[in-house]
Order: sequence, then C-alpha cells, then structure tokens
Amino acid sequence: MRNTWLVFRREFAAYFATPLASIFIVIFLLLAGLLTFFLGGFLERAQADLVPFFEFHPWLYLFLVPALSMRLWAEERRLGTIELFLTLPISMIEAVAGKFLAAWAFAGTALALTFPFWLTVNYLGNPDNGVIVASYVASLLMAGAYLAIGSMISAATKNQVIAFVLTTAACFVLTLAGSTFVLDFLSAWAPTTVVEIVASLGFLPHFQSIQRGVIDLRDIVFFVSVIMIALTANAVIVDWRKAM
Amino acid sequence: MTHALHIEGLTRHFGSRIAVDTVTFTADTGEVLGFLGPNGAGKSTTMKMIVGFLAPTRGTARVLGRDVLQDPLGVKAAVGYLPEGAPAYPDMTPKAFLDFIAGIRGYDGADRRKRVGHVIELTRIEEVAAQPVETLSKGYKRRVGLAQSLLHDPQVLILDEPTDGLDPNQKQVVRELIRTMARDKCIVISTHVLEEVDAVCTRALIIARGRIKADGSPDTLRSQWGSDNLDEVFGRITRNA
Ligand SMILES: Nc1ncnc2c1ncn2[C@@H]1O[C@H](COP(=O)(O)OP(=O)(O)OP(=O)(O)O)[C@@H](O)[C@H]1O
Ligand SMILES: [Mg+2]
Repeated sequence: MRNTWLVFRREFAAYFATPLASIFIVIFLLLAGLLTFFLGGFLERAQADLVPFFEFHPWLYLFLVPALSMRLWAEERRLGTIELFLTLPISMIEAVAGKFLAAWAFAGTALALTFPFWLTVNYLGNPDNGVIVASYVASLLMAGAYLAIGSMISAATKNQVIAFVLTTAACFVLTLAGSTFVLDFLSAWAPTTVVEIVASLGFLPHFQSIQRGVIDLRDIVFFVSVIMIALTANAVIVDWRKAM
Repeated sequence: MTHALHIEGLTRHFGSRIAVDTVTFTADTGEVLGFLGPNGAGKSTTMKMIVGFLAPTRGTARVLGRDVLQDPLGVKAAVGYLPEGAPAYPDMTPKAFLDFIAGIRGYDGADRRKRVGHVIELTRIEEVAAQPVETLSKGYKRRVGLAQSLLHDPQVLILDEPTDGLDPNQKQVVRELIRTMARDKCIVISTHVLEEVDAVCTRALIIARGRIKADGSPDTLRSQWGSDNLDEVFGRITRNA
C-alpha cells in the first residue's frame, strides 16, 4: 500500500511535469463540448439530460486515453529507469497498481472538470441527477478499462507511438466487439472461438446500460474484471520482457 | 559463514548467445571487487542478475545469505545498485528523485530528509539538487545515480561504471568515497579504467566472453602474469580468451 501510494504520487506528478496534463485536459473538454453541442444536438433536443455528452465518451477516450497510458511502461524502458525502478524493494503488484491508479486518477480529474456541463443542465431544467452520477461512473469505468489495456500494451514496447496505436486499435475492437461490424471482420479469418470470446467482451453494451442509470452489478464486475485481467497481464509482460 | 556475496554458477543466455557463463565467486565485507573486461564481456549482465533485475538461465546469487531467486525483495532491500548509464527520471529534480527512492526504501519525515541531505552532500550535488535531471551534465547525472544507491547505507553496493563520465577531480572524490565506505561494506564496481583498480580495488575479476579469466589482488595478477603493468596483464588475459 505504502509503495503503491509512493509510485502513484510520482506518476501523477509526472503528468503535470510536462505540458501533457494541460493539453490533455483542454482537448478533452473542448472535444467533449463540441461533440455534445454539434454532433449530439444538445440544444435542439431541448431535454435536460447529459445523454449526448456521455454517448461520445467511448469514442473520445479511444484517442485520448492511450495518450495517458502509452508512457507508463514504454518510457521507463526507453529511459532505462525500469532497471532502477524494478531493483527497488517493491513488488510487481505495487508497481503496476501505482502506475495504473495514477493514470486513472488523472483521467478522473479530467472527467471531474466537465462539471460545468452538469451545472448547465441543472440550470436549464430538472435532470435526473441519479442517471448523471451513473453516467459518470460508467465513463470512469470505461476509461479505467482502456487505461489498463493501454498500460499492458505499454509494457510490451519501448516505443510510445506503437503503444498508442496498438492501444487505440485494441480498445476500438473491444468497444465495438459485439457489433456486426467487428464480428464480420473477425469471422473472415479468426477461429470461431475467438469470434465468440470477442463478441462477449463488447464494452459498449455494459457502458450503455450503466449510463442509462441501471447500475447492474454485472456491468461493474465486467469492467473491474477487465481491469484486473489487463493489469495481471501487464505484470507478467513486464516481468518477462524487462531486459529487452 | 555467510558471505556478503555468494555467486554460484551464474549463467545467462540471450537466444543462442551466452552472455554470462557459470560465474562463481564469493566476496566479503571490506572487499572492493573490480569487474574488468572488454565491452560485451558480461559485466553488466552479471550485475543485473545479482540485483534481481534479470533472471539467470542457471545458477543463483546470494546477498547476505538471501537468495535472489527465493527472496528477491530481500536482496533488493539490502543492495545499493547503480545501473549502467545511471538512469534517473528526467523530469524530476535530484532532490525529488532521491526523496522518492528514500520513501520506497522506507524512510519518512525528518529521517528521510536527513538521508537525502546526507547523500547529496556525499556525492556533492548540492549545486544541482533543484534542477531537473534532464538538464544535468553527464557527470552530475552519474553522481545522482550514485547518491540514489547510497540512501539506505547498504552493506552491499553494486556499481556499474560509477566513474564513467566524471571529470578527474570528481573521479578522485568518488574513489575516495568508495575507499572510505569499503571498511564496512562489500563493494563491486565495473570499470574500464585500469588505474582505478589500483586506486580502489582490493581484488580484480577479469571477465571475458562471460567467463572469469583471472581473480586476485592487482599485485597478485601482476606477478602471476609477469608484468608490472596492469594494462598489459589485461591485454594478455583478454586477448587469449
Ligand atoms: N537484452 C539483451 N538482449 C540480447 N543480448 C544482450 C542483452 N543484454 C546484453 N546482451 C549481450 O550480452 C553480452 C554481455 O553484455 P554486457 O552488457 O553484460 O557486457 P559488459 O561487460 O557490461 O560490456 P560493457 O563494458 O560494454 O558495458 C553482450 O554480447 C550483449 O550484446
Ligand atoms: Mg556494461
């Protein structure tokens, strides 16, 4: 716990040591706003809710979240600091968790900064704030799942650009996994078992059901499991490939 | 009796290449062991296995009786390690960096501040302690790495090329530091500077192609190979390899 906290603090501060933090937050807020107002028809709908705002989050995260996760391990490898980091008396679980939680907390910070949207709908009408809270939970869980996958991929390379691209691709497939688009594409070449596994992994249905305000434990368990599995794989990959 | 360092048949393959081949030796407190050998001899790889970063293909290392395969965290807690190239987080200042490491090493509050202050003084990096590591010269960066390895006053120090990139004055400072610390520590350094061996090492291990070719005090090596010049001894041993 103590080591996880120390790693968390260092990693969280590292986001703010470069312009990444401010660029990320500005772009996130800007895009979230633009998508909501222009594509989502926020004003035309004349409804006091944040549905159009949250609907775009999975797509927005597809390009923004990998930018947060790509550096987690790839940078340590490129700088050689991984050799220092992993010869400190710290367990692999503490190291992986500390890094992941820092990235997740940063994504959460960016998400929290969207509160003016929430204030606006409350000013304009009487939204169901319970649904909005559920939507925030859904969004945060989705970001967490993307980040865990991104962290795992970042552990496999020392090139941050590769980590970014692969994470976006992997998250894209997982988000759309249940859709005919991905299934048709996969069934063309992948074995049926793979197609079935991917189909059951789709992020979007789980996201949408929480976002609608139905907090079903199964959806939460789904995202938490994705995070746990990805982070376990992350630890295994770091251990296995640390010298390369 | 437990040796400070007990290396047993340490071997590491990279694909079909054998980087370290059945390296076996022991070292005790009070010794300063110099790893010498041509580029690619396997010095760094051996050190990486001793500190638990790389898994050996065969063999093991014991530090103060703790086996690196069975108790990696115990070994990591006991050893101070300066990796090759002295990596450090570029966006941190040496002070913040040392503070982070000291935290992981288990120090808090006033104790942590004291430790950090002490190693900053020992390695003479006061001047640059508040500027980001990425803006430091090579020599200062190396000293930050050295400072990091000394934070917990470890009984066993593994230093991969600790004086590389230092100016002549700083080389003297670091050698003096190593000599002073040697009394109650077991120190392993790797180096390409043979005069350094005479200056600080009580014992030299000459490694070539992953194997130990010679092991003894600088004087023993000189008399064994019938030369009073260590460069010449090194040349003869490693050319035959
Ligand atoms: N991650 C790796 N993958 C493949 N080969 C490696 C790896 N690390 C080291 N090697 C090889 O192992 C051998 C020993 O390398 P090592 O870095 O231990 O040498 P060294 O004695 O420290 O050399 P130098 O004096 O140049 O620092 C070299 O042939 C090197 O190419
Ligand atoms: Mg080396």
